[in-house]
Amino acid sequence: MVDLVLGLFSRLDCSPDIYFLEAIINGLLLAGLLALLALGLNLIFGVIDVVWICYAEVVMVGMYGINFAYKGGAPFLLAAVFGILVTALAGVLLHFLVIRPVLETPPINQLLVTGGVLFLMQAAATMAFGVEFKNVGIRLGSANVAEMSFSYARILAFLVALGGMLALWQFLKRTYVGTAIRAISQDRQIMPLMGVDSRRLYLVTSAIGGGLAGLAATLMVLQYDIYPQIGLQFGPLIFMICVLGGLGNMVGGFIAAFIISQFIAVGSSCFHTEWGYAVAFLFFMVAIFIRPQGLFGGKS
Amino acid sequence: MLELSGIDAGYGAFQALFGISMRVDAGEAVAVIGSNGAGKTTLMRVISGLLAPRAGRMTMEGTDLIATPAHKIIETGIAHVPEGRRLFPRLTVEDNLRMGAFIPAARVMYSERLDYVYTLFPRLKERRKQLAGTMSGGEQQMCAIARTLMSGPKLVLLDEPSMGLAPVIVSQVFDLVKRIRSEGYTVLIVEQNVSQVLKVVDRAYLLEVGRMKTSGPAAQLAASDEIRKAYMGL
Repeated sequence: MVDLVLGLFSRLDCSPDIYFLEAIINGLLLAGLLALLALGLNLIFGVIDVVWICYAEVVMVGMYGINFAYKGGAPFLLAAVFGILVTALAGVLLHFLVIRPVLETPPINQLLVTGGVLFLMQAAATMAFGVEFKNVGIRLGSANVAEMSFSYARILAFLVALGGMLALWQFLKRTYVGTAIRAISQDRQIMPLMGVDSRRLYLVTSAIGGGLAGLAATLMVLQYDIYPQIGLQFGPLIFMICVLGGLGNMVGGFIAAFIISQFIAVGSSCFHTEWGYAVAFLFFMVAIFIRPQGLFGGKS
Repeated sequence: MLELSGIDAGYGAFQALFGISMRVDAGEAVAVIGSNGAGKTTLMRVISGLLAPRAGRMTMEGTDLIATPAHKIIETGIAHVPEGRRLFPRLTVEDNLRMGAFIPAARVMYSERLDYVYTLFPRLKERRKQLAGTMSGGEQQMCAIARTLMSGPKLVLLDEPSMGLAPVIVSQVFDLVKRIRSEGYTVLIVEQNVSQVLKVVDRAYLLEVGRMKTSGPAAQLAASDEIRKAYMGL
């Protein structure tokens, strides 16, 4: 036991050297993708008041969709558009078939049905595509600055995620539908008085939320292998970020993504890779003990 | 313009309205008065489609309102300022006004109508970037009325506009009602503040525990002993 603890600390290396800086920057790059994933989930929760437990599985479907189109001969950009359309459609179907019937039921029912969809999608993906890891096989290489190395796929992911979030923000700010999306969580009952059909707004939001998952999938296939359980790697992380930022609070989720990814990146650099996640979840638990409503509690 | 006949409505086992018949003609200002719990707000919710009636007929300029989905009622020209104003508190004043112009027919008129309501209520123009929830009660009522005008309504439903406001603000709110009347809107207003509201309307209906008790010209009701005793504390 003593050896184990000592062994752990013997690996502790947090000296502010170049590797530490590399970890911080890699954390920043990871944050863009996590923020994008959290945004989709927060958007859906903010509007529909339902948590898609299977959100990461929608991303998984998008990754398989992109891989399918790309291996089928489509150029990558076209494959990405295909993946986004597939996940947008998946979002609409998920809402129409699964969420709408339980919309007026207690939250636990909603969690359980979307949780059921999670396992259904994993099982279906395993049957359709097998358990082996797939990869689109695009290598973008990496940028070397000083003695640090940053993969272009991560840099691209960061920039595109930021661009996607900016585009969504403009949409929410400038359009009528976007304004209605911001309004509905503040007063659901009077939406008909404004001429808003909530049922249609839910479908539009589900399509956007699904499409954001597809955008994230596009960025992820350039960095990660595709396999049926990939959602388990990201799903808990996305929920943790959303809850830490205050569920439904899009700005809070954005900031929380940057906090959590620093814990993961710096924690992995100082300890082991696995410890990065453990430290992030430990921080999350302590933060939630102190602020149960999340760091930026309430909806934005 | 608006006609109701034999409307029954309620919530679950509780029936709130019994056989309500009434009409509002174009250009009129009409009040529904009555005490707390008489069914006034339920009546407004039925007219704007938030609550489906159990029986009866209801038309707006010949359009059957009962067959119209709630979010389409505003397209018939009925705009509802709900009880307690119900602004979107964390949206700016201007975003609230934009929500009022959500229907397609109103979107194309957005900038003209925005200029119009800002001319009508210059205070809102000063506060257009402010979050609606941070304004005073009177300003919020102004914003809630302006929001309904953004849809280009023919008939404005006002539900208890004076509720929860300080006495000095209440008279300002009734001035607002007079102003939208003079702008040519038809007004149906529901109020507990009977003495004040009878000064700004042409006709009134008296609602008592879900039934229409009486109706008549405002001056006549204001002079009735029964109403003066029961509702005006005189």
